[in-house]
Amino acid sequence: MLRIDDLVVRYGAAVALDGVSLHLDAGEMVALVGPNGAGKSTLLNAVSGLVPAASGSVTCEGRIAQVPEGRQMFPDMTVEDNLVLGGWSIRNRDLSEVLDLLPDLVRLRKAKAGRLSGGQQQMVAIGRALMAKPDLLAIDELSLGLAPLVVAELAEHLRFLNRDRGTAILLVEQEVSLAFDLCPRTCVLEAGRVVAAGPSAELAESEAVRRAYFGDLGVAGELRADTEVPA
Amino acid sequence: MKEFLTYLVTGITLGASFALIGSGFVVVHRVTRIVNFAQGSFAIIAAMMAASLLRGRLPHGLAEAAAVLVCGVVGAVVGWVALGRRGTHPLISLIVTLGLSMLVSAAIILLWGQDPVSPPGLRGHVTLLGVDVERQRLLVLLVTLLAFAAVALFFSRTYLGKALTASASNPYAARLVGIDVRRMGLLAFALAGVLGGLAGVLVAPSNALSFSSDLALALSGFAAAVFGGLSSPGRTLVGGLVLGVAGQLTAGYLNGSYQTEVALLLMLLIMIARSRTFVAEEAK
Repeated sequence: MLRIDDLVVRYGAAVALDGVSLHLDAGEMVALVGPNGAGKSTLLNAVSGLVPAASGSVTCEGRIAQVPEGRQMFPDMTVEDNLVLGGWSIRNRDLSEVLDLLPDLVRLRKAKAGRLSGGQQQMVAIGRALMAKPDLLAIDELSLGLAPLVVAELAEHLRFLNRDRGTAILLVEQEVSLAFDLCPRTCVLEAGRVVAAGPSAELAESEAVRRAYFGDLGVAGELRADTEVPA
Repeated sequence: MKEFLTYLVTGITLGASFALIGSGFVVVHRVTRIVNFAQGSFAIIAAMMAASLLRGRLPHGLAEAAAVLVCGVVGAVVGWVALGRRGTHPLISLIVTLGLSMLVSAAIILLWGQDPVSPPGLRGHVTLLGVDVERQRLLVLLVTLLAFAAVALFFSRTYLGKALTASASNPYAARLVGIDVRRMGLLAFALAGVLGGLAGVLVAPSNALSFSSDLALALSGFAAAVFGGLSSPGRTLVGGLVLGVAGQLTAGYLNGSYQTEVALLLMLLIMIARSRTFVAEEAK
């Protein structure tokens, strides 16, 4: 359902993505991992149409909604207003489906979004994205700044969403264990290029991936040699 | 005492028109962070156009409504130029709006000449608190209150109003959910044009307006908007009324030519008093 072919994104003279190719089938969950500055968020923004491609293409059969890094609330507006505005692109103002899926939001409806905890805001951000009835949910840093218990609860919601509704998920995540655990397939980005991709279980066994996430980040060459799974 | 009441009542009605102009500043600034100094020009265009249409025997109500609607379109055009390309800094846009207000003044001279215009309004007086007040001035107050209520309801209750607020609150998130932030900016300018136009058609029957009145109106409206922190329509209304009353008291007890100076002095004092709040809002 999502096809990214040889995508190049530039910020001025800097190349943020350098020939990235990736595809996602309907209902699939794929993780994007990599060190800071690898281009993960840029890729997500390019998929969402927020960043223009210098060359290459992004095609998607279906609606995309993004849960952005840092939650990006409308802080002075209520949770209800935040959610309702999530459905702006399809003029969907019916909250019932989202509140069924995320019942914790019911009691927060009238609260100002800026006053919520990080976990609550992340739930609002997911709910807001779901208001657009997306076929693909692009999530940027689900676990950032959140307690493990909160992350586990959010992950469970995503599993249910994927299993029950068939929503495809593209997850950018620094917490590699969460990414591997949640998504059957993972794509590793470094310096704007895909350096490895394949089943998460296989990548989890890769010595190079482990080292990449335990301090030694300059291992793109090793990753390529070590991981033979095609992108 | 009667003198004081006269200044108070006329000050309130005059202040209502400042508040209307100020609300245009607030609407544009809330959504785009731009201070639109062409705001006073909308009032002049509307006054001139309403006068022409009335002379052309268009009935009252229709002539004023047409003039206000034209100002909405002019507002959108001003917004289109001022917003410029994506990423244009609000300070650059402010300078652009200043330039546009001068351009509009030139266009007004070309189309309507330099003489002040005062189209006919409501005739007669009513007695209020023992003071004779023109019906037209009461109409200004009434329409201002209705316009503020309508603007408040629009922003808080309608889907479009919420999208406008969201565009101001977090433009990045607004774009993420599919709101066209630039289009919202244009809409805000159009709404400011309508509010400015409304002020023009209401004020002109009592106070003749010419091509050069735009600066005084814009300054008074801006002072009212600064009182509202350029974000609160309610406080802008209060600011406008305070300014109107202060101006009338100055004119009555001191000298009429000090009115603009009083507006500027008040604006300066408010900005100094609120500087800490502005810094905090900018930091957000």
